[in-house]
Amino acid sequence: MSNVLSLTTFLPILGVLLLLFIPKDSKGILRNVTLAVTVVTFLVSLIILTGFQTNAEFQFVENVPWIAAGPFIMRYNIGIDGISLWLVLLTTFIMPIAVLSTYTAVEEKVKEYMICLLLLETGMLGAFISLDLFLFYIFWEVMLIPMYFMIGIWGGKNKIYAAVKFFIYTMVGSLLMLVALVFLYFKGMQAGITDFGLLQFFTLKLDMATQIWLFLAFAFAFAIKVPMFPLHTWLPDAHTEAPTAGSVILAAVLLKMGTYGYVRFAIPLFPEAAHKFAPLIATLAVIGIIYAALVAMVQEDVKKLVAYSSVAHLGFVMLGVFAFNVEGISGGMLQMINHGISTGALFLIVGFIYERRHTRLITDFGGLSKKMPIFATIFMIVTFSSVGLPGTNGFVGEFLILIGAFESELRWWTIIATSGVILSAVYMLWVFQRVMFGELDNPKNQKLSDLNAREIAIMVPLVVMIFFMGLYPKPFIDKMDPAIRKLVAQARIAPVNAQVLPAGHPSLDAKPAEEAVPAVNPHDAK
Amino acid sequence: MDMIIIPAINMTPILPEIFLSVLAMALLLINVFRPGGQKSYLAYISFIGIVVAAILVGAGWGSHIESFSGSVVLDNFATFFKMTFLVAAGLTVLISDQYMEREGCNHGELYPLILFTVVGMMLMASGTDLMTIFLGLEVMSVSLYVLAGFNRANKKSNEAGLKYFLLGAFSTGFLLYGMALIYGATGTTKLYKIATIVGQMTLPTANIMLVAGMLLMLTGFAFKIAAAPFHMWTPDVYEGAPTPMTAFMSAGPKAAGFAALLRIFLVALPTLQVEWSQVLWVMAVLTMTVGNITALRQDNIKRVLAYSSIAHAGYALVGFVAANGTGTAGILFYMLSYAFMNIGAFAIVILVAKKGETNGNVSDFAGLGFKRPLLAVVMTIFLFSLAGMPPTAGFIGKFYLFSGAIQEGYIWLAVIGVLNSAASVYYYLRIMVYMYMKEPTEDFEWIQLTAPVALALVIAVVGSLIPGIVPSIILQYAEMAVKLI
Repeated sequence: MSNVLSLTTFLPILGVLLLLFIPKDSKGILRNVTLAVTVVTFLVSLIILTGFQTNAEFQFVENVPWIAAGPFIMRYNIGIDGISLWLVLLTTFIMPIAVLSTYTAVEEKVKEYMICLLLLETGMLGAFISLDLFLFYIFWEVMLIPMYFMIGIWGGKNKIYAAVKFFIYTMVGSLLMLVALVFLYFKGMQAGITDFGLLQFFTLKLDMATQIWLFLAFAFAFAIKVPMFPLHTWLPDAHTEAPTAGSVILAAVLLKMGTYGYVRFAIPLFPEAAHKFAPLIATLAVIGIIYAALVAMVQEDVKKLVAYSSVAHLGFVMLGVFAFNVEGISGGMLQMINHGISTGALFLIVGFIYERRHTRLITDFGGLSKKMPIFATIFMIVTFSSVGLPGTNGFVGEFLILIGAFESELRWWTIIATSGVILSAVYMLWVFQRVMFGELDNPKNQKLSDLNAREIAIMVPLVVMIFFMGLYPKPFIDKMDPAIRKLVAQARIAPVNAQVLPAGHPSLDAKPAEEAVPAVNPHDAK
Repeated sequence: MDMIIIPAINMTPILPEIFLSVLAMALLLINVFRPGGQKSYLAYISFIGIVVAAILVGAGWGSHIESFSGSVVLDNFATFFKMTFLVAAGLTVLISDQYMEREGCNHGELYPLILFTVVGMMLMASGTDLMTIFLGLEVMSVSLYVLAGFNRANKKSNEAGLKYFLLGAFSTGFLLYGMALIYGATGTTKLYKIATIVGQMTLPTANIMLVAGMLLMLTGFAFKIAAAPFHMWTPDVYEGAPTPMTAFMSAGPKAAGFAALLRIFLVALPTLQVEWSQVLWVMAVLTMTVGNITALRQDNIKRVLAYSSIAHAGYALVGFVAANGTGTAGILFYMLSYAFMNIGAFAIVILVAKKGETNGNVSDFAGLGFKRPLLAVVMTIFLFSLAGMPPTAGFIGKFYLFSGAIQEGYIWLAVIGVLNSAASVYYYLRIMVYMYMKEPTEDFEWIQLTAPVALALVIAVVGSLIPGIVPSIILQYAEMAVKLI
């Protein structure tokens, strides 16, 4: 099974070929085949998990020549380490759930929808496993195409605006990254690097000015994808308009491309520049946490609320990653997976009520728990996970992030960010209360049916993961630990930077200090 | 009896040109003796002739033969470009018959004229003497003026022909004047000799005649490749000309213009590279930006593609500014890929346009995606390739063009290039938006996919997709081609 990684990545493409031969009116067959393909892909990816050795090396590596022309040599160079392992598994895990969620939600153009889903899966997996910068870029861009069509064809009222905005935003960032990529390659060539292989570039020493420019180009592309404040504006549009499965995948996996990009590329390739910009990025992350939480609070549309909560959660991930210590990055990585599960679940929940009522306005609901007890229970668990209640997965990730960031140079940022934890509890619990509790006063909600077997089957794996990761996160952390330690070593730099960081401190110290104190305690109390 | 002594002339380098000329003349005669009726057979004969010519051209790969006292050369550079012209012409011939029949202007002269255009372009690519290049350019241009106005009954087509002719003749004047000045400055029209003489000048930039000649030549060629600020004719001519001819003009003559430009500037004037690359830098930025920004606001699909064609000339100029192996190989690769993707896109435009081109707007594509899914998917591939999305040939082409610039330190040029590329995505996406995301207003059942058009689409899809996945199959030839000049 030496090429199990390629198999996992390209199985969905085989599925697409299969779908092409199925007549477009056989919707049931199309759905079932797609589900089967994604389930098989997930099962194959479990082979990767069981065969994974807990060390810092890249495993399941495949490295064959691909393009050699002019000054460039590109190779089909793939492999995973503890960091990408979980993201690959998250992708293969979410896909069958996403497919299953479309069974009644998508009635139009089912064949095309399924093809988009499968192409998307290959694109996402490819980006996570690429160890060749050029190959990574190809997958990174290819991913856009099926997502664009998913939002644009099956989306809501403003779908075209959202789809085009999503595409162009991402495209601008990634094209600048491409320029940086080529520039980096030529720099590497002067130092004797022979191809786009990522590992060689880790050893490349770059001067500070070069690092800054390259880091900015990479960071910009990734920041759009994360998305970080103030580049996040495409996300609420895309999420609100996308069909449920699209939102689930967008939240669960696509956004992780951005944070993964920082962890895999931007930080280890340009460590000095990453340290230099850490205060700036942490500031943006903290602004994102607070701002998105405040905006989420006043949303009337449940889906938009969840979308903004994504921005806030990803802000935490960024804060953890830029702590540059083992706790912070572990927390960040873990939170990436947690967010994938819990926000994915939230979008599914929104999808369930939208399918029943064709509205997502909070005011149209109220008292649903009386009619839908199972739904209410699951919604509550997911809400707790999203809020970060101990015992659920969200707590572990957030806790590690805050510890890591607090111990790093980002202490003050952490203190402000912690208030975001409370804010998230406010908007999540509030929306839960308004939708599920209270009087069942809207007559249209009287005849709502509870979740059916298929919908429960969709949610059960997610709920199981929420508790499993919340109560016993050890296997997850253990597997990624060596890779993270390696990353921390790569990101460690000479003490020159000690002069850089304090410069960022005082400006931010003054204001937040007083509001910071109360912010910590409630979290500890939790 | 005294024998007239003819200097030994090696005809091998121009064998394909001779073949195509003879074929074209034969077709003209056949057309005269069989007036009226179906003209499809002319298209088929032309296509077979083009395939034969391609085999003849391909057989010359790897050789380096100079002939006609050094005014024509057969080298890999010429061979690569000749292949590009033949691809463009072959695809055009395949998509012409149905269109011309529908529009009621299937006159038999069309195919010989296309072949003559190809002969002219081939001479431009293999000429190593300013005069040969000029002759090739004229053979090409005169045929094109007729082709642009080929739909005699259509006012727009007439306008296109006349406009193209007037401005084309004007620009030819510039070109010829420039060549004359170069001759005045160096005393020769042979490119290699010009290079030697300019190389021996103590201060070539102080030689006003030389610099002026260079700039005037650049102006002339800029017109032919539709580079800003000499692009004004393009939208009107492209919109008015019969669509297959628009497709042909945007791919073939543009490539020919680049072939001649590259050869003249890289062979004859490398000493002045610092000077001309500055001019080209500005021209590249202008061309990309003007083309893309203007394309954003067009509703007529032919105009969208016309302006995008201007932008694409700008991308190719980026590779020219770099003037290194990567950039120039990028130009060769891009011109070939562009022939596939652009003529492919125009083929779909023809199918959707209806008789009289009543369906010529972007909005007329509404709902094509689910009424005629296969056509829409094919169009989508062309559009993504034009937009430079992986995994298409258009992406690899742009990658090499911009990489060439980065390699030479023109980072900002590359940045402007990619930002332009991102802007261009908008108008390509817009066509897809209509195809997939709007409700259909037509049933599209009238679209008849004839065998030649289907063949053209298949070739175009293969040509825009396969080199994007395994670029080496084309790139290695492009690289070998630019090594020799």
